[in-house]
Amino acid sequence: MTVPLAKPGGGLTASSAENPKRLADAIFRAREFGIVAVLVGFVAVTTTIQHRFLEAQNIKFIFLDATIFALLALGETMVVVSRNVDLSVGSVLGLSAYLSASLFGHVHGIPIPVVFLAGLGIGTACGVVNGAIIAVGRVPSLVVTLATLYIIRGVDVLIVGGNQVVVSSLPDSFIAIGQSTLLGVPDVTLVVAALIGAGAYYLRTFRSGRELYAIGSNPDAARLAGIPTARRIFTSFVLSGAIAGIAGVVWAAYYGTVDSTAGTGYELTVVSAVVVGGVAIFGGSGSVIGAAFGALLLETINTALYVLGISAFWDQAIAGFLLICAITLDHGITVMLTSALRRRSPRGA
Amino acid sequence: MLSLHAARKSFGAVRALVDGSIDLYPGEVHALLGENGAGKSTMVKILAGVHRPDGGEVLIDGRPVVLSDPAAARDAGIAIIYQEPNLFPDLSVAENVFMGRQPLRSGRRIDTSAMHDQVEAVLERLGVRLDPGRISRGLSIADQQIVEIAKALTLRARVIVMDEPTAALSAVEVDRLFRVVSALRADGAAVMFISHRLEEVFSLCQRVTVMRDGRHVVTKSIGELTVDEIVRAMVGRELVQRDVVTRAETGKTVLRVERLSREGAFTDVTFEVRAGEIVALAGLVGAGRSEVACTIFGIDRRDAGSVTVAGRVLKSGSPNDAMAAGVGFVPEDRRQQGLVMSMSIERNIALASLGRLRRHGIVLRAVERSFAADWGARLHLKYGRLSNAASTLSGGNQQKVVLAKWLSREPQVLIVDEPTRGIDIGTKAEVHRLLVELADSGVAILMISSELPEVLRLADRILVMREGRLVADFTGAEATEELVVGAATGQPSGARR
Repeated sequence: MTVPLAKPGGGLTASSAENPKRLADAIFRAREFGIVAVLVGFVAVTTTIQHRFLEAQNIKFIFLDATIFALLALGETMVVVSRNVDLSVGSVLGLSAYLSASLFGHVHGIPIPVVFLAGLGIGTACGVVNGAIIAVGRVPSLVVTLATLYIIRGVDVLIVGGNQVVVSSLPDSFIAIGQSTLLGVPDVTLVVAALIGAGAYYLRTFRSGRELYAIGSNPDAARLAGIPTARRIFTSFVLSGAIAGIAGVVWAAYYGTVDSTAGTGYELTVVSAVVVGGVAIFGGSGSVIGAAFGALLLETINTALYVLGISAFWDQAIAGFLLICAITLDHGITVMLTSALRRRSPRGA
Repeated sequence: MLSLHAARKSFGAVRALVDGSIDLYPGEVHALLGENGAGKSTMVKILAGVHRPDGGEVLIDGRPVVLSDPAAARDAGIAIIYQEPNLFPDLSVAENVFMGRQPLRSGRRIDTSAMHDQVEAVLERLGVRLDPGRISRGLSIADQQIVEIAKALTLRARVIVMDEPTAALSAVEVDRLFRVVSALRADGAAVMFISHRLEEVFSLCQRVTVMRDGRHVVTKSIGELTVDEIVRAMVGRELVQRDVVTRAETGKTVLRVERLSREGAFTDVTFEVRAGEIVALAGLVGAGRSEVACTIFGIDRRDAGSVTVAGRVLKSGSPNDAMAAGVGFVPEDRRQQGLVMSMSIERNIALASLGRLRRHGIVLRAVERSFAADWGARLHLKYGRLSNAASTLSGGNQQKVVLAKWLSREPQVLIVDEPTRGIDIGTKAEVHRLLVELADSGVAILMISSELPEVLRLADRILVMREGRLVADFTGAEATEELVVGAATGQPSGARR
């Protein structure tokens, strides 16, 4: 069909074509601004009560803790936008942290990049197992990664036993990874921020990235559009695993002491961060940047409560409360947006 | 351009398509007509690559092709526009059009601005204003169809199949769609157009093919056919003789439905059913019949109007209230809505009567069983054991279980939605006899059925719905298939003869 079609009667939709887009954009921007606003509000209130909260040392700790969760959230977001979930990230982080850190004890003078590669390899292997069962076996990811959460932790405990990697066995240059800062911000944080930027760019500008959103938005239509659904989902789990593997090495460098409990329970914090950060739990929308802010918010609350001397119980209660708020808010936004967009595009008029 | 020749397709024992044949030519809109179940949708699905035909062949430009999956159909240049398009609600219009094949720039990155420009150009060719950058959530059905058509154009589809695209559109939207289709035609596309509205067919199409019972009946250019001839070709059967005993008199009004409306489903529906009367709601699938039934029974809330049973006004959206007033409801989909398939036969039968069977708050199994056995015998239910799961029964016997469940409550009003769908002929006759007996015993029966012979045989009065409104009211004696089909499709065929 190369002949241009007759243009019958000019524009037939009377409504302004621009309005709905602006509205949608505004609301989604508001969604990410919302997290930042809550974050700023929390910091302000905490600082008023306890002036020491904004000390450089505190900020550094918050950033370091949030960095690990934000890194995990990067991988988790890729999984969640395609309507899946990866619950095994905490266990993968633990296994990778111990195995990679113990390399320093086994192989003298091993270069640090090799240790990172080892962590990456361990994480990738776990991701391949998850992805293969989910994509090829067509088993729901919730069940599969819940199982591998326990299995990988089990393997970890089996290998580690009662041992632990202690700080003294790690080279100073490795420990320094978690210590050095640039203008008060830890170097690791900057590197992870760059990674998150790259991840956001990938999800926005590459076909395979957009296809993850398509799969999460409408799996049937994705298949009909000729998207290799199984391959995309497989890849997202491999990436999530690989990222968790790297996060394990960072964790070891930061904490210095690694036993078999490293990373226990992280999966729930990560999923919370992703959802609080505006990623739809049933896929299709959300960004890794939002997820990273979600991680930062949860970590800030954690530290703030500690500084204020409030029981850690409240930390979890508040995290849960935020989660409910985020999900309710997202649902409300979707409903509002749908009806607003309907109203603004009168039926064919 | 495209020919489907003598295609056959069976699903289990059901022969959905026996002889599906159609030839589409470039620059022509070809209407495919037929009653519900004539095999139109099966033909669409064969062309879409969703179903593989058991026999026959598909030719494109004279060469046989195998449409093994949707991708193969797409590559062959066939695009399908369904009644309800299947879009990605979270993604933009442009992404919906180009998903999986977005234009790229250096580094295999998506060229978003080129993508938007191309979509904008296509939409302009279609004469439709729609922002390529807005997300598709919230688009009207009509706009969603436009997105699908834009996709077909960017795929350079030469054959465009539209399966009842106008069913959910307003009049203005239909106008716009017609202009788009005319533009497609002028551009040399071959369009296959399915619609139940004959006036649309006459204003848009150049050629007509009529199907009946899975078979090709006639293909002619539109000028050679009249509305009457088309309706007769669609109905086809010799007129069925009513073997109904005209029941002398009916009692007082039991069910009164006044100005009942539910947004998006039906508007301003008013009718009465008297004791001992069988009233049928006829019409095409999607005319709003089942929605009326669900609203009367309180499964759906009503937006306006009232439902009165024996002088008592029912609460909106409360099946409990409807049941308390003596209404029984045998739903359309017995597997999903009528039965708990994994539960035993006896429990299914007793399910709606537990309140009466309970002693001191406990339902004894023995009580339940004798109750079920009693009703099973009355309805000639054929079963292995009452403790077997309902799923072990044949379709007809499952329907009897649903009927037993409601009859055991001794309802004043019984609503039956497609009571004999998918049931063998023998059991069908039993169900018919049962309904007549019930009416004779004074129950008011509201029946929804897409099988005209059944409606004509059983009903004392036939109400015809079209597009959410009651459009005709025939007595059983005066109704004919042609009258009912004419009213249901909006073509009063009798008047033109």
